[in-house]
Amino acid sequence: MRPSAARLLNILVPVKRTIDYAVKIRVNPDQKGVDLNNPFDEIAVEEAVRLREKLKDQVKSIKVVTIGPPKSIDTLRTALAMGADSGVHVEIPDSAPSPEPLGIAKALRAVIERQKEGVDLVILGKQAIDDDSSQTGQMLAGLLDWPQATFASKLVVDAAKKEANVTREIDGGLEELKCRLPLIVTTDLRLNEPRYASLPNIMKAKKKPIEKLSASDLGVDLTPRVETLKVTEPPKRVGGGKVENVDELIAKLKEAGITAVKA
Amino acid sequence: MLRARVQTLPKVFARTYASATGPHALVFLEHRDGAIDSGSLSALTAAKQLGGEVTGVLVGGPEQLKDVIPQAQKLDGLNTLLHASAAQYAAPIPETISPLLESLLSGSKYTHVVSAHSSSAKSLLPRVAAKLDVPAISDVTSVDHDSSSNATTFTRPIYAGNAIATVRASSNIPIKFFTVRSTAFKAAEASSAEAKASAIDAVEVTDPPTVHIKTEITKSDRPDLGVASRVVSGGRALKNAETFKATLEPLADVLGAAIGASRAAVDAGYADNSLQVGQTGKVVAPELYMALGISGAIQHLAGMKDSKLIVAVNKDPDAPIFQVADAGLVADLYDVVPELVEKLKQ
Repeated sequence: MRPSAARLLNILVPVKRTIDYAVKIRVNPDQKGVDLNNPFDEIAVEEAVRLREKLKDQVKSIKVVTIGPPKSIDTLRTALAMGADSGVHVEIPDSAPSPEPLGIAKALRAVIERQKEGVDLVILGKQAIDDDSSQTGQMLAGLLDWPQATFASKLVVDAAKKEANVTREIDGGLEELKCRLPLIVTTDLRLNEPRYASLPNIMKAKKKPIEKLSASDLGVDLTPRVETLKVTEPPKRVGGGKVENVDELIAKLKEAGITAVKA
Repeated sequence: MLRARVQTLPKVFARTYASATGPHALVFLEHRDGAIDSGSLSALTAAKQLGGEVTGVLVGGPEQLKDVIPQAQKLDGLNTLLHASAAQYAAPIPETISPLLESLLSGSKYTHVVSAHSSSAKSLLPRVAAKLDVPAISDVTSVDHDSSSNATTFTRPIYAGNAIATVRASSNIPIKFFTVRSTAFKAAEASSAEAKASAIDAVEVTDPPTVHIKTEITKSDRPDLGVASRVVSGGRALKNAETFKATLEPLADVLGAAIGASRAAVDAGYADNSLQVGQTGKVVAPELYMALGISGAIQHLAGMKDSKLIVAVNKDPDAPIFQVADAGLVADLYDVVPELVEKLKQ
């Protein structure tokens, strides 16, 4: 239990190195030099930094954590250049299979348990654009038994009351929740517009501390339990070519049995 | 210090029944305004394809469930229906529903937990799965269960649909959680048979850490984007919200179509967020998808490339959308759309 007298927030932001979203994927892609931060995670880092700008010294620390191969350290550096204070790199060998969300969630729980001052808020991306699972935040909330606010497009934190109001993007509209801290939030695209790190901040980030850990330091097993049998190309869709004018277009629609509904 | 135990061996769960028993799926049925969500109807079809028993579970406020229970009972493929009502479930949040599912599932006869890949089920299922220490599989497009080995093989799109992963959850995962891509499974229909319905006790959560404040659903009298058989979608070329509305609505009306939007159009404020089609928005697969002033970024294609007929109108002959369009017209949409509306009406 952390003392309740100090109403200071410690924020943890898990980030993932993924392929650049603008890259056309080929199956068995040669991923050299195209990896970047997962865009949803950049939004998560941005939100943590903005919280500090808003709440000033009520935010005590912003720590970023990544679980991935040696190259993932660049992802941490990017987050540090955006304004996080320190990083944790849970390094897995290049040869290891990609951990699944449950393994990642267990590793994050172990990282959280190691924080002497505790963690009040964890902000994750709503999904990684490589495996598109959208599970890690929810699983972490389940493992810790913390409240969760997924797909957030607005986050207002009241540090004194230790609670947050979150607006979520849901099917068909929006939902507003009030959650007690400690809390897990996952980011929707509409939460904010991430900043670019300036050159001086990139230089400063090189001096910020990064703690290196391994899965065994955390006592977690990152071996995936769901086996991937194969990854294949989706069926190719070939365009049917161009039409010259609206009449030809309507003929194509008719051919497919599409006509106007009786208005 | 809590330390997670390193699992060197897959956990073997003591089962209370012979393992020869077939699969038994628990389907989480979602509803809104007294009707079962169409995504849940697709989830039910996927559950049926496992080849065993199917039990549905409904949660909601007492008033909400009255109309939904009889509808759910008639759904083809459902053997049993469980329903739990409580004031707490009127605005379902994972923190309050999760304990109910956990109690249903712990030491249970269920082998699979199935739901739509909807925003609420996406939030709930992984939370429950983690509590039971099992992985989950998201947004599957096919299921294939082998009873003899108690393994289920799924396919699911990754990298915004640019690759298809085939994954297997074997017998060392005692309960297999998965969410279903609704466009990949037909919606279950009503049948003459009636599933046995039984009420189960709600698991009251005292002093929940999350409180629901309000829900704002975007009102529309058009068909729902996720299930519409025709979709008319607009992109950045639509200039502003007024133009977006004034241009697309007449065409959507004449075709009886739902309106969609690219992320660019949504981000620029031309259309509501709930209309976004793509990797991070809705995935649709209608009979007809009309892309107007949409260039066709990878993330957008992820949400519509399984449509039956794709029509694209764009001024730029090199727009990537033309590579997937069955009928592409290189022209100014402001000329094309009014002419199209006029001629369709004739």
